[in-house]
Amino acid sequence: MRTEVVVNKTKVALTQENRILTGAQAVVQAIIDEGSDLMFGYPGGAIMPVYDALYDVEDQLTHILTRHEQGAVHAAQGYARATGKVGICLATSGPGATNLITGIADAQIDSTPLVCITGQVHSHLLGSDAFQETDVIGISMPITKWNFQVTRAEEIPSAIAKAFYIARSGRPGPVLVDITKDAQFGSLEYVYKPFEGMRSYQPKPKLDLSAVRSAAQLINSAKKPLVLFGQGVILSNAEQEFKQFIEKSGIPSAWTIMGLSALDSDHYLNVGMLGMHGNYAPNKLTNECDVLIAVGMRFDDRVTGDLSRYAKQAKIIHIEIDPAEIDKNVKTDVAVLGDAKEALLELTEVIQLRDHSGWLKDFRNLESEEYDTVIREELNPSLDELTMGEVIQAINEKTNGDAIIVTDVGQHQMVSCRYAKFKKSKSFITSGGLGTMGFCLPAAIGAKMGQPLREVIAVIGDGGFQMTIQELGTIFQTKTPVKIVVLNNEFLGMVRQWQELFFEKRYASTTMVNPDFQTIVKGYGIEARKVTRREDLNSAVGEMIRHEGAYFLEVMVGKENNVFPMIETGASVSEIRLK
Amino acid sequence: MKNRYTISVFTEDRVGLLNRVTIIFTRRKINIESIAASESEVENVHRYTIVITETEDLVKKAVLQLEKQVEIIKAVYHLDEDIVYQEIALYKVPTDVLVAGKEAEKIVRAHYARVLSVESNFTVLEKTGHKEETQALFDELEPFGILEFVRSGRIAITKPMKTLTSIVEEMENHTK
Ligand SMILES: Cc1ncc(C[n+]2csc(CCOP(=O)(O)OP(=O)(O)O)c2C)c(N)n1
Repeated sequence: MRTEVVVNKTKVALTQENRILTGAQAVVQAIIDEGSDLMFGYPGGAIMPVYDALYDVEDQLTHILTRHEQGAVHAAQGYARATGKVGICLATSGPGATNLITGIADAQIDSTPLVCITGQVHSHLLGSDAFQETDVIGISMPITKWNFQVTRAEEIPSAIAKAFYIARSGRPGPVLVDITKDAQFGSLEYVYKPFEGMRSYQPKPKLDLSAVRSAAQLINSAKKPLVLFGQGVILSNAEQEFKQFIEKSGIPSAWTIMGLSALDSDHYLNVGMLGMHGNYAPNKLTNECDVLIAVGMRFDDRVTGDLSRYAKQAKIIHIEIDPAEIDKNVKTDVAVLGDAKEALLELTEVIQLRDHSGWLKDFRNLESEEYDTVIREELNPSLDELTMGEVIQAINEKTNGDAIIVTDVGQHQMVSCRYAKFKKSKSFITSGGLGTMGFCLPAAIGAKMGQPLREVIAVIGDGGFQMTIQELGTIFQTKTPVKIVVLNNEFLGMVRQWQELFFEKRYASTTMVNPDFQTIVKGYGIEARKVTRREDLNSAVGEMIRHEGAYFLEVMVGKENNVFPMIETGASVSEIRLK
Repeated sequence: MKNRYTISVFTEDRVGLLNRVTIIFTRRKINIESIAASESEVENVHRYTIVITETEDLVKKAVLQLEKQVEIIKAVYHLDEDIVYQEIALYKVPTDVLVAGKEAEKIVRAHYARVLSVESNFTVLEKTGHKEETQALFDELEPFGILEFVRSGRIAITKPMKTLTSIVEEMENHTK
């Protein structure tokens, strides 16, 4: 008996360690060994061996066929953002690979962990302008955290392991592995070893405790401190540490759109949204605070407005994992380099318990000014036309703030940021840095697949909906129960708003003559409803939430409504206008 | 204020990295005045020496962006006074003008140029030095007709004493 067990063990060990696989099988096996069970993609000649290998492991690794490679990469992004895991997408060479580019650029600027795998022509054809050959390594170089071309089968396990490691560690980002067809066909002895790091890549800077102490000193002596937080809080799973930090220090906290949902919307220290269409108070008071503490955010120009008039009176503390962000846009007084979670934990230890309720009141006062001029009319309009804000409010009520909201880009995006309410982190998914129209529908599919138990609501404009509308086919085939809300203003609304304000209402190419979305969506077997009157809104939103499968709700909203407040390009944050 | 900076970039030995390096500069429309690539004293570590004229603020940002690249080990920048640097220039001039008068010979001697090769119709001269020096020789030879001229990128050794070996060791320990 005993010997048999031993024999058995060696057998297992042997098969595990010395398995001969094809390169394509190794790709698939390495993905499984990294702990992934879902990927998105679209087949084609140069990646066919990998698809063939997928056929054998369908029970372990699900592949979702999107209707366009852009759909695959955005779906992988939505999945990654909703779960915190690495999103995976697969495409063929040439046009398949170039169709991924927008999503990769989006993931790069929004620090989303992605592993993109592309097929490539046979290695002896490289550089010869072969059929469907594109230099995807060259094209993707400026928009990937790392990329690599594999030309030999035996490189595959280590390349995939390294790709996952780089994508998810430190400041996450997209990586691309381009695999020639001969490498996919070749064979290798498969041994999977997780990647354990390299000397030229230090994902987490070592926290400097003296910087933490200097930051604490500034914070302890501040009279009017303000915290700005971004996605770094979410990416380092630091939501609890963040909350403890602000509660102990008593500091009002404002968010970038990438940081939205990291802190409960109704937390008493949450003072709202920063930036161009953000809230009045945090923008105004950025230029009155005495200490500004930025946590996991990068001072994007849409957040800062004119840098030469940005928080000049304040001492700046920047808690950040990426050394290249320090002093990139705003000069810091104290840089705390490191992972947000670790840094906040240490910082909370050494700060004193404080109450800034007087200063907090300044925020609440400006907030009521904003309420009177902007918010009341948006949420309880005096006009017959529906507003985008009241739709978002209806969603808040029907979902109790528990849903994941995914948006596209434009007015509806800004309105969603401004009015959607959240209780849980990783609940708001939007294309922040790149502002990619067409992001929403596929990203919502990915988010729902990553979080099947949560309600996922896609909020899209009539313009952006038509940029990746083909993904309705993916919803149909996979029966993914996403809820789609199109806020239809029959305009490219955000561009029209700029034309109204800055181009004398010359509405060049922004009017949209739309098809009957109801018919289209029904063709995909999706339940659909259109709302044109206020009295139908709540019941329609309720019906959408109660509906078990996918649902399409189109709401006709005011055609020429504007999003306010607004910081005009070139203006300072304190010049934010209410109307 | 803009100054001339020499940036030394130490990288893993990998195809395509030079592209990643130059992208950092071209994105910000920084002109690369010269670039030289070679091995370093540490096995499998390559170094690029890049010369640009920019403000220190921008140079610093570019260097941080360089270090951010996964396969770049270290990037540093220096002003001319913090490095010992050298360039090499080759000049192809007609042999008959060198032979004809005394003038050309005088110039070659005054500049300590070396004669690398003499053929019946052309002679190749070599001069190492700073750009200003190789340029000065160029300017003086020009009236005699320069058939071909080439100057290498700058290569530089830094004056600060921290060795690359110790930097690499530190980074390797940090990874463990
Ligand atoms: C791919 C892409 N192309 C163009 C733009 C520029 N753009 C920003 S917002 C916008 C209008 C969006 O219109 P719509 O989708 O109807 O949404 P709305 O603003 O009306 O809510 C445009 C064209 C963009 N962000 N992305």
